[in-house]
Amino acid sequence: MDILQNLAMGFSIALSPYTLMLAVVGCFFGTIIGALPGLGPSNGVAILIPITFTLGLDATSALVLMTAVYYGAMYGGRISSILLNIPGDEPALMTTLDGYPMAKAGRAGDALVLSGVASFVGAFLATIGLLFLAPMLANVAFLFGPAEYFALYLLAFCTLGGMASNNQAKSALAAAIGLGIAMIGIDNSSGLPRLTGGNLHLFDGIDFLVAIVGLFAIAEVFFFIESHGRNTSIGVKLGKVKVPWRDIYATRWTMLRASGVGFVAGILPGAGASLGSFMAYMTEKSIAGKKGGFGTGVAKGVAAPEAGNNAAAGGALVPMLTLGVPGSGTTAVLLALLMTLNITPGPTLFTDRPEVVWGLIASLLIANVVLLLMNVPMVKIFVRVLMVPPWVLLPGVTMISFVGIYSLSGSYFDLLLMIGFGVLGYILRKLDIPTVPVILGILLGGNMENALRRAMVIADGDFLYLFSSPVSIGLWIAAIAGFIAPMFLRNLLRKPQRITD
Amino acid sequence: MKTRLFKVLLTSAVLGLGATGAATAAECIAPANPGGGWDFTCRQVGKIMFDIGAVDKPVQVTNMAGGGGGLAFNYVVSERNDDPELIVAASSATTTRLAQNAYAGMTADQVRFVGAIGIDPGVIVVAADSPYKTLSDLLDAIVADPAAFTFAGGSAVGGFDHMKPLMLLQRAGLTDITKVKYIGLDGGGDAITQTIGGFTQAMTGDMSEVVGFLKSGDIRVLAVLSDERVPGFDDIPTAVEQGYDVVAGNWRGLYIPRGVSDETFQKWAGRLQQVADSDEWKEAMAANGLAPFTLVGTDFQNYIDNLIIEIRQMSKDIGVIQ
Repeated sequence: MDILQNLAMGFSIALSPYTLMLAVVGCFFGTIIGALPGLGPSNGVAILIPITFTLGLDATSALVLMTAVYYGAMYGGRISSILLNIPGDEPALMTTLDGYPMAKAGRAGDALVLSGVASFVGAFLATIGLLFLAPMLANVAFLFGPAEYFALYLLAFCTLGGMASNNQAKSALAAAIGLGIAMIGIDNSSGLPRLTGGNLHLFDGIDFLVAIVGLFAIAEVFFFIESHGRNTSIGVKLGKVKVPWRDIYATRWTMLRASGVGFVAGILPGAGASLGSFMAYMTEKSIAGKKGGFGTGVAKGVAAPEAGNNAAAGGALVPMLTLGVPGSGTTAVLLALLMTLNITPGPTLFTDRPEVVWGLIASLLIANVVLLLMNVPMVKIFVRVLMVPPWVLLPGVTMISFVGIYSLSGSYFDLLLMIGFGVLGYILRKLDIPTVPVILGILLGGNMENALRRAMVIADGDFLYLFSSPVSIGLWIAAIAGFIAPMFLRNLLRKPQRITD
Repeated sequence: MKTRLFKVLLTSAVLGLGATGAATAAECIAPANPGGGWDFTCRQVGKIMFDIGAVDKPVQVTNMAGGGGGLAFNYVVSERNDDPELIVAASSATTTRLAQNAYAGMTADQVRFVGAIGIDPGVIVVAADSPYKTLSDLLDAIVADPAAFTFAGGSAVGGFDHMKPLMLLQRAGLTDITKVKYIGLDGGGDAITQTIGGFTQAMTGDMSEVVGFLKSGDIRVLAVLSDERVPGFDDIPTAVEQGYDVVAGNWRGLYIPRGVSDETFQKWAGRLQQVADSDEWKEAMAANGLAPFTLVGTDFQNYIDNLIIEIRQMSKDIGVIQ
């Protein structure tokens, strides 16, 4: 078989002691970068790119190192989500919903190991998917025009209704705040600045990471100050780490489904890993229904987003390699690395530079195995980084947040903005308004608006254009079903469930 | 104590990696996120300068996205005005925005333009299955029914990619160019994907953005907006030879702060010339669809001054600015 031959060639390139060492080093640093709030995978890879030049690495070695960091950061993001309720990176946001309650219930070790295994399953399946389907899947991107993207984001928002709060109106309010924040910046369709007050720093809108670190990490610091360190949610104890075989077995289908959902979300340029973990979580939540107890710290709620976001990370490599269109922020950085190495990703990369593609795929598989070995037995070492008394940890979190955000743009304006978001997060939590929909509004709102505006330009304002293709009609039906179905179906489903109860 | 020490060590290791050699090495600011043209300029030029020994230490690349390059421009002008070890990636987009007053009132004479070492010629692209075989086919059809066409490009409305088809259509006799529809996407690759997918009828962008798709046969390049045909892509006709006198290329170059000495200016100009003459750069240009275009030092500064005047007039003509 061609694929096996190519893969063997890939492994022969990637499996030298030197590159293996690079993979281990990359995985280690990647995990730590991912675990530190604010320093997400894209920053991590961008920061480490100069190292590859300083070390004088050749193209393959550089790729092995960087993909190891990339996958490592995707793994690492979950650690602070679970232990601190602060997402280490964007896609790990959903892991906080069940991971943190699970940790609070004294099952931090279980949550970490389970999410590590889920990450492995997601990333492994995605790499296999990349292996077999990449050339074919490239064409999926051609099916998605502005109307289809709009319907896709609409689907994401329609399933948002029931999450993160018992009060739907508060969820909706939070999402609206997020959408409002997403409107700040240069309007892409007219080139005019909106809501910027003439401030250059706001012309590109508000960086998602600034909002996330402010709303989660800084708000947490305010709560800590208010309670003088008592009753703070930070600083979960981690007992003995055992492998929770039962949970792993119970979530096997969840992991498989979430990997599939995440992979597809990753393939779509611009959607990326965050949408992948979000869609995976919401799919599992709706399958489980109310009885599933999502949001209270259940195993499936930890496994789904982790499998989803790691699968999306693999999926995002598909458009990057085959179209030269990055599927996420981190793949944009990898794209930059490839171009610096004089490799131009695009439709011909698979035929022109097979050694690069297959070397990359082989190194992804290697990195994945290394990460599983590193994350399950050695999870305590990474946890050590975060397991210090709150009075040490909080200043540490604050410092890391400030440094991480400053490294984004090198401007103190973002730091002020981050503190502002911290205040907003504090107020919202006092009012019992969930912050996760705010984040999703900021994350998806801009893309959704751009898609709608582009569709309207193309169609001269004819709204029927939004329903003009089978793909978009299908997504609209799914969106409407996703919005309405829970209201009716829950009543229908509850009766038989009572009997089994 | 031990855990604390461990944590501090790890943190400083991670942060320290990013700052390797930053104290004395030159810094190149790419005023955009990683992955774009400015980032490419910084990383490629920085790497070659180090490889050929023009600088002693690897050039540190900083990404400073914001305001279409305005944030970095503002930062350089207001906070690093006399830093001799700072270079900033620039391109036609920089001068276009300066000419259109899109950097919140800042002007081109607040920095010094060191040089350009390559040009990315503009292209007009359709999908391989499009009925339009030549540039005239496309432009005549648009003039007849502007509402039926949408261009996709990698820059925002009013940006350089948007202006290219407008300039062509003006030459083709379209009187009301505001009727031409354009959508700005997140990059040239996205714009091509939309055009191949049939959502837009044509793509306007740079040569480098279409090279991969050209080889795979998904697209047809109707015209390249350069003086002469691009080496390596000799079968693509220029717009000029098809009767439309439009030359629009995205040069890749650098600027440095205004406050540095003439000596420093000449030093960077010399280093840039060295890069331009190197085999590594020629290789990088060929791989990325860049055409040779070397202009450094005072000659380049003069070229920029004229270019800004020209773009400002053009922007007024097509109604992008008053």
